[in-house]
Amino acid sequence: MAVGAGAAGAAVARRRLSAAAPGERRRRIVNAAATGLIAAAAALSSLVLVLILGYVAWQGLPALNLPFFTERPRPYGEVGGGVAPAILGTLIMLLVAALLSVPLGIGTAIYLAEFGRGAFARLVRLVVDLLAGLPSIVVGVFVWALLVRHVVGQYSGLAGAVALAIIMVPIMTRSVEEILRLVPDALRESALALGVPRWRTILGVVLPTARVGVITGVALSLARAGGETAPLLLTALGNQFFSFNLLGPMAALPVQIYTYAVSPYDDWHTKAWGSALILVLVVGCLSLAARAVTGRARW
Amino acid sequence: MQATAETDETGVTPAPAPALRIERLSAWYGAHQAIRDVSLRVPANCVTAIIGPSGCGKSTALRCLNRMHEVVRGARVEGRVLLDDADVYAPGVDAVRVRRRIGMVFQKPNPFPMMSIYDNVVAGLRLSGEARGRDLDTVVEESLRAVGLWDEVKGKLRQSGASLSGGQQQRLCLARALAVEPEVLLMDEPCSALDPVATYKIEELMEALKDRYTIVIVTHNMQQASRVSDYTAFFLAGEDRVGELIEYGRTDSLFTAPRDRRTEDYITGRFG
Repeated sequence: MAVGAGAAGAAVARRRLSAAAPGERRRRIVNAAATGLIAAAAALSSLVLVLILGYVAWQGLPALNLPFFTERPRPYGEVGGGVAPAILGTLIMLLVAALLSVPLGIGTAIYLAEFGRGAFARLVRLVVDLLAGLPSIVVGVFVWALLVRHVVGQYSGLAGAVALAIIMVPIMTRSVEEILRLVPDALRESALALGVPRWRTILGVVLPTARVGVITGVALSLARAGGETAPLLLTALGNQFFSFNLLGPMAALPVQIYTYAVSPYDDWHTKAWGSALILVLVVGCLSLAARAVTGRARW
Repeated sequence: MQATAETDETGVTPAPAPALRIERLSAWYGAHQAIRDVSLRVPANCVTAIIGPSGCGKSTALRCLNRMHEVVRGARVEGRVLLDDADVYAPGVDAVRVRRRIGMVFQKPNPFPMMSIYDNVVAGLRLSGEARGRDLDTVVEESLRAVGLWDEVKGKLRQSGASLSGGQQQRLCLARALAVEPEVLLMDEPCSALDPVATYKIEELMEALKDRYTIVIVTHNMQQASRVSDYTAFFLAGEDRVGELIEYGRTDSLFTAPRDRRTEDYITGRFG
């Protein structure tokens, strides 16, 4: 009896494998069409990036020569000159912004990931999300009203750095928080079970285990801040001269691009493309460096 | 009926002095009670096994002993756990200090992934700021020798702990726990992720280590409990899903002549 039932079952299975089931042809067509559509969407979005990079390179490459990297911009209408103060200014402001935002961003991330429960943590998370979504020009206006109008009293690199830091903190906080949550609880428990205090567990085990992701989070927020223009127009203002003075106006690449681009001179338009190319390279290098670190390490 | 250590003393040999005395221990996760009114004495320099089916609270009971239970959010404990007559739950007792004296090895081998073998062994000392002035090389060698890992890894102490096999990793975790010189060693199903050969090595180690340490092991595996332990506690959750201590006694008598019907049913494989 049981043997007979088994044989009948096998016969059914053979029939199903040899003949197409109803609707199977349609399913294959729909499957192929859907796969094709999403692949096309993926190709199109990649194409946009390739087009932008290609066009920027095509327009910007003629501007690149040694003086472009070493000289300061010439006065209105003059041919020649470079963007060295802007590169320098961007690096200085990113450095100061990182010094301001890294302790704050990572500290907040540790709080949210390791301690944050209850109403206060939910509030912090909401505020961080809102801050991340805040238009950067609003950040610029705020820092302008606070630092440019009052505390410092003039356009300054410091104000620019503060504006960039405000933009960096929420990006860093959320990405580092996610990374810290990925650290297995088993590692925290192992450290605690060795009689290691909680703060030492976080600093000595959780953060080092997640260090690659933490570095990535910082690098990505730097890349984002490095490309910001609007807040810098209102805070750092821009500067044609080399300046290390954080309390005075400071040049920045995005601002320099803007200045060159809105001018009526062809030579300056080319320089705007060249500056844009450099900015893309700087930001791209930051992202790639972050990816390279991530790719090498694993946990 | 509440089984306690006292019932054990009807046996022929008197029990050794207890290293841990657990008195009316209950534990909760949020609103859910995991164990109720557990009382038993863990004899010094013996291996005590906690057995029972899944969900009987045996791991919870173990984690209460070194205050790891409270690491889980919402977790709560009532009752007392006496280590040398001092309650580890007394006010003013720091959980960190308790855990230095009652070490723990977990189910899955989990060496710190970013640390070398060497750094893993001394992690407890370094992270609690006690590495200064210590001869760490000696600590590493002694700890690794104690778990029989020294000859296997002495040439690659700077390599990542993750490069070892599962069994070696678990022995590394054991060495890491021994390096901070605890008195009691808690093992939460230490072999359940290991193959039989690695399991055998850990079981051998427990036999060797009990001269210096008091060992409490939670295990799913009754054969393991009967092989390695001197005393066995059988836990079972009732209808309300709250774990209780059903029977506690010398391992040989518990497995050959269980006093409780439920113990007999469990060890003869009628459930669980």
